[in-house]
Amino acid sequence: MRNTTTIALKEFKSYLASPMAYVVTGIFLGLTGFLFQGSPSTYSETSISGFLGTGSILLLLLASVLTMRLLAEEKKMGTLELLLTAPVRDSEVIVGKFLGSLGILTAMLALTFYYPLLLMWFGDPDWGPIATGYLGLFLLGCTSLAVGLFASSLTSNQIVAAVVAGGILCALWFLGMAADLFPEAMGEVIGYLSLYYHFPDFMRGVIDTRGIIYYLSTTVLFLFLAIRSLESSRWS
Amino acid sequence: MIRVENLTKYYGKRLAVDNISFNVEGGEVVGFLGPNGAGKTTTMRILTGFLAPTQGEVWVAGYDMSKHSLEARQRIGYFPEVMPLYSDMTVRSYLDFLARLRGLDRNRMKTRIEEVVDICHLEKYVDVLIGKLSKGFRQRVGVAQAIIHEPEVLILDEPTIGIDPIQVAVTRQLIKELGKERTILLSTHILSEVSVTCERVIIINEGRIVVEDRIENLSSLISGSKRIRLEVEGPAEKVAERLRQIEGVLQVSYEDSHYIVKCSAGQDLRGKIMETIVQGGWTLLSLESIEMSLEDIFLKLTTEEETSQ
Repeated sequence: MRNTTTIALKEFKSYLASPMAYVVTGIFLGLTGFLFQGSPSTYSETSISGFLGTGSILLLLLASVLTMRLLAEEKKMGTLELLLTAPVRDSEVIVGKFLGSLGILTAMLALTFYYPLLLMWFGDPDWGPIATGYLGLFLLGCTSLAVGLFASSLTSNQIVAAVVAGGILCALWFLGMAADLFPEAMGEVIGYLSLYYHFPDFMRGVIDTRGIIYYLSTTVLFLFLAIRSLESSRWS
Repeated sequence: MIRVENLTKYYGKRLAVDNISFNVEGGEVVGFLGPNGAGKTTTMRILTGFLAPTQGEVWVAGYDMSKHSLEARQRIGYFPEVMPLYSDMTVRSYLDFLARLRGLDRNRMKTRIEEVVDICHLEKYVDVLIGKLSKGFRQRVGVAQAIIHEPEVLILDEPTIGIDPIQVAVTRQLIKELGKERTILLSTHILSEVSVTCERVIIINEGRIVVEDRIENLSSLISGSKRIRLEVEGPAEKVAERLRQIEGVLQVSYEDSHYIVKCSAGQDLRGKIMETIVQGGWTLLSLESIEMSLEDIFLKLTTEEETSQ
């Protein structure tokens, strides 16, 4: 636990020391802010669904960028040798790095909180869907970061890591669209596996346990894959 | 302290380390010598747990690397071939991070960082970003991280490569001092470095141990048959003949207007050679003894092996 915290804090600090986190946060705030003020739902429903809808897709892409350096850079710079020869478990390295990036993502989401505050200032928003919307974004963020971290463990090239992560995430997101091409039962299974399938519920203010389990289990799955990928580097 | 048994490592189909075994006792400073690509770095990466061996076993500080890797790693300080530095961290935060990671006591941490900074002469640079340091100072930070947790075993992979001669001397001195209380395995491809810092030498080539011996025994091998190169103004044949007559001279050859005189083991014939030249009435333009290079040693060792077989 202590090692995980040490690595998470180090990652969080190095995000703050590099321009990457600021650029990503700036883009996220700028784009979601623009779409939030332009969305009719903001005015007719006093809801944040204008922000959530685009925020979710944007989150996938920005998470890929945020996580691309986590392991790829260590591989390139040779610092991975330091981490893997320190008395630290591979799982602690992965979970630590995941938590570090989750810290930045959480901070980024916290900065968007002025959207609902604006709604409260000018109207009387329904706080239920706002809370579940944020929960959904957070869970989606967890999955995205785990996928990104896994992609970063595969290569020493950050660009490749980002592209692979973006590819996996987009494929998972749009998997739901492919569901229509398959027979009913199979289509439903495929739809269920899609990252998007569970998100609208959260936007509507519904907390569906299946959705929570889906996001958490994909997060764990990709963290596990990242750990295995890191372990396998010893056997090259 | 370090025990390696029948260690073999393949990278895919390429054999990097071929069934080597050796021991390093507690408190010893052992040189790990070999040309580039001999398998030094691979062996060290396996010793530190960064790579897993294809076959064979490794014990460090009494722990089996394959079963109790964390305990073993706790007791190793490692200076890798590629200096593992985070350029966006200051020296202090870097050392702090590694001290935490290696489980140093919270109270001990602060004083230990000061100590290490002092040992490595980094006082003025503790709050400088590592990315802004010159190569020599980065190398010191690399040494500092290796010793921060007071490890029993130090594994140093070419610690003096690519830095200026003054820093090299400082680093060698540092290694010598560290060697008083720690076990050190030091890899290098510079012969003289080993004779300055180490008590024992393991020489590997193409993944195999060629020789393993104490430095005293090896020095007879290294300087065993000394060679002297001289430039003389005078009739070539006569000079060569007179040189051959000197007692202890094994062979005289003439190339590029220089004479190469091979002397028998343990004798310094430079004085006699000079006398002879002067007595002959010729002019001695230059005279120097030739250090045996690593390549010569390999050549010697491998050819010796062949003839003995």
